[in-house]
Amino acid sequence: MSKWILNGLLTRVKTTAYPRRPDHTPGISPGLPEASTEFLFPEAAGAAAAVCPSGALKADATRLKTDQQRCIHCMRCAWGATAVPWDKGYQWGRWTRNGSARKPAQPFGHSVHIRVVDGGGCDACLLEVQQLTNPYYNMHRLGFFLTPSPRHADVLLVVGPVTRHMRRPLLKTYEAMPEPRWVVAAGSCALTGGPFGPSFATLGGVADVLPVDIEVPGCPPPPLAILHALLLLTGRAEQADMQDPKALSGVIR
Amino acid sequence: MPAPASDPPAGRTMEEDVARLWGPVVQVSHSPGRVDIFMDDPEALPSLCRWLSHERQYHLGTLVTEEEADTWRLHYLFWGGAPSWVRVLVEVPLDNSVIPSISDGVHAADWHERETEDLFGLHFSGHPQLGDFILHEEWPEGTNPMRRSFDWRGEPVGEEKEPRWQPKRVVRATGAFTMPVGPVFSGAAQASHFLLETIGEDVLRTVPRLFYKYRGVEKLAEGRTADQVVLLAERFTGTSAVAHAWAFCRAVEEIAGLEIPPRAEVLRVVFAELERFRHHLSAIAGIVHSTGMTVASSQADLLVEEALRSAGAMVGHRYLFGQIVPGGMYRDWREEQISGLSHTVESLATRLTSLTRMLRFSSSFLDRLEEVGVVTGEQAHDFGLVGPVARACGLNADLRVELPYGAYRGLLHPEVHMEQEGDGYARLRVLIDEAHESARLIQDALHRLEPGPVRVDVPHASGQAIGWCEAPRGAAFHWVRLNEGRVQRYRLTTPSFTNWHGFHLAAERFAFQDFPIIMATFGLSTAEGDR
Repeated sequence: MSKWILNGLLTRVKTTAYPRRPDHTPGISPGLPEASTEFLFPEAAGAAAAVCPSGALKADATRLKTDQQRCIHCMRCAWGATAVPWDKGYQWGRWTRNGSARKPAQPFGHSVHIRVVDGGGCDACLLEVQQLTNPYYNMHRLGFFLTPSPRHADVLLVVGPVTRHMRRPLLKTYEAMPEPRWVVAAGSCALTGGPFGPSFATLGGVADVLPVDIEVPGCPPPPLAILHALLLLTGRAEQADMQDPKALSGVIR
Repeated sequence: MPAPASDPPAGRTMEEDVARLWGPVVQVSHSPGRVDIFMDDPEALPSLCRWLSHERQYHLGTLVTEEEADTWRLHYLFWGGAPSWVRVLVEVPLDNSVIPSISDGVHAADWHERETEDLFGLHFSGHPQLGDFILHEEWPEGTNPMRRSFDWRGEPVGEEKEPRWQPKRVVRATGAFTMPVGPVFSGAAQASHFLLETIGEDVLRTVPRLFYKYRGVEKLAEGRTADQVVLLAERFTGTSAVAHAWAFCRAVEEIAGLEIPPRAEVLRVVFAELERFRHHLSAIAGIVHSTGMTVASSQADLLVEEALRSAGAMVGHRYLFGQIVPGGMYRDWREEQISGLSHTVESLATRLTSLTRMLRFSSSFLDRLEEVGVVTGEQAHDFGLVGPVARACGLNADLRVELPYGAYRGLLHPEVHMEQEGDGYARLRVLIDEAHESARLIQDALHRLEPGPVRVDVPHASGQAIGWCEAPRGAAFHWVRLNEGRVQRYRLTTPSFTNWHGFHLAAERFAFQDFPIIMATFGLSTAEGDR
């Protein structure tokens, strides 16, 4: 027993300084293509857009615009001949139109309890949610907890596209939650259905089933992006301007 | 019908034996590493398959169903003997969709047949339990989404029913009740549903109900190019993306008759072993979590996060998406990037050693794992189990050794680690040993990296082939038919699909609190199994 205690103490504090200070440790985020990139020739922008298999990149004359919701991190535009610049930030949480109309009037006074539903994801998003409880991110220090009951939940965190089979369990979980309740959709599948939907077996994104308040792009969104979404919900972080690379990885509180 | 021989005399080849025993109803052809047996009469199918499995010790790889203009074509693919592959082909007219079931003799075919019945509407005569498998109550009776006539954008019509699902048989005794678990879990866990049949503290039986995450990947792939389908292959199960992308690409490359550059072959091994290392760390962390060891959980979690970070820092993506494409690797990596990765893996492996040393001397940990969730070697063979689960009960089934592919053919030699007990602790030890072996292989692969190109162009080809890969959870088979570079049929057999079939063996007669431990030591993914 004592050796475990000693082992724990010797490991010392590993927890990220975020949200007090920005975290720039390499490898915490795969990044996203920058919101807009200027090319010298329209052909170059067109070629970059043609590389994208998910329709996230759109060329408009010499300008290449990114629909970050649709990006599935195939890295083809970053590594191809066209080399679209990627921003390594992680403050990706955003209020949806539905969510901005019903932001919490005042910041949460107490801890926030989260119910996680796997709508049919590939497990990578879910693993990133699990990472939030590891000592590096330790979301408990910020008052966020995963709850074993929907009755105690304030937030429904959904990952993955919603499959036909998971629609009913998802709706039942939502209905079992007391008001006020918020829905966070994390990962490009949860936003648009990703490579799976909509199709005969998946219904598309979470918004096709439930009103979504906050969305987090990414395939998968790194733990800090999900954490940012939760901080955004509780009024402890601001929404980053997606055009501004500094804001995406910095702290704007 | 000819009776199977009990003991084939030595020295006779496969073709001769099959011709001697089933001569009138089969046509046998031979190509390097493979024998094709075309059966005119499907009635002889069960005896031939039983003979392959029991007398010749073949494993069922996959069952592929193809719908042609006026026939059903079924490929039963067996692997693991000499020659490496045996393909049994059967054709029946489209309007007569009844095929004799082989699962009486080859139990591993059970779920393949149930899946085919559900998705294609084919009937397997003699199968004890067909219907209600992949498609749940949401689907009206008679919907067969894999049929050519079914539009993938389509919506099944029919009224939605409140699920009233019940297993066929339940335990009836005083005080007995069934306890449902899932599909939404208390922490962050994948969607799956289990009915635990209990009398008080003791669970007698577990009835899993899966396929909540059925996304129809095989259907979605149809009509798309190989470059698009590889995205699906790596994203349907994000925790073994490299392995599945590799298996798919190998099938495409074989159809096109391509040799990929040696540097790409070695790089593929580096990424596949890195993924196996990360996956095994994560599985070990899962096991430690399930036993409730707080400090040890944190220590294991640190290792997982550091493995993810090093992948993110060195090669861009934490889950290694986007590396493998048909024709090689999407891009090259510099030697120092790969060696940086290898150093991190080395240091994580050293820390894993000290963590396991502490765990091995913690009786509260061992008590929870030993003799929990036992699967015997015989059961594992019958159910055709694969991966670390099979190796923990003495079954040597590692495709890297049994059917060597890529740089494992000649250049790199993985050592297979096996245990005999088949309990939770044996599975943990296999995972730990394999993680170390992966770290060694990455190091070894580094020395084999020679300069050169990493990608060749893939011509638009037509044909069919099977690609395989030892994914972190076990054997993965991707069967592909291409038509002018577009996927016409994609059959995806994953280790989780194979092993979920045998999961109930481990989850029988145990104490209630051991359920999470049995789940964690099996380490299966429903994303990988449901597809």
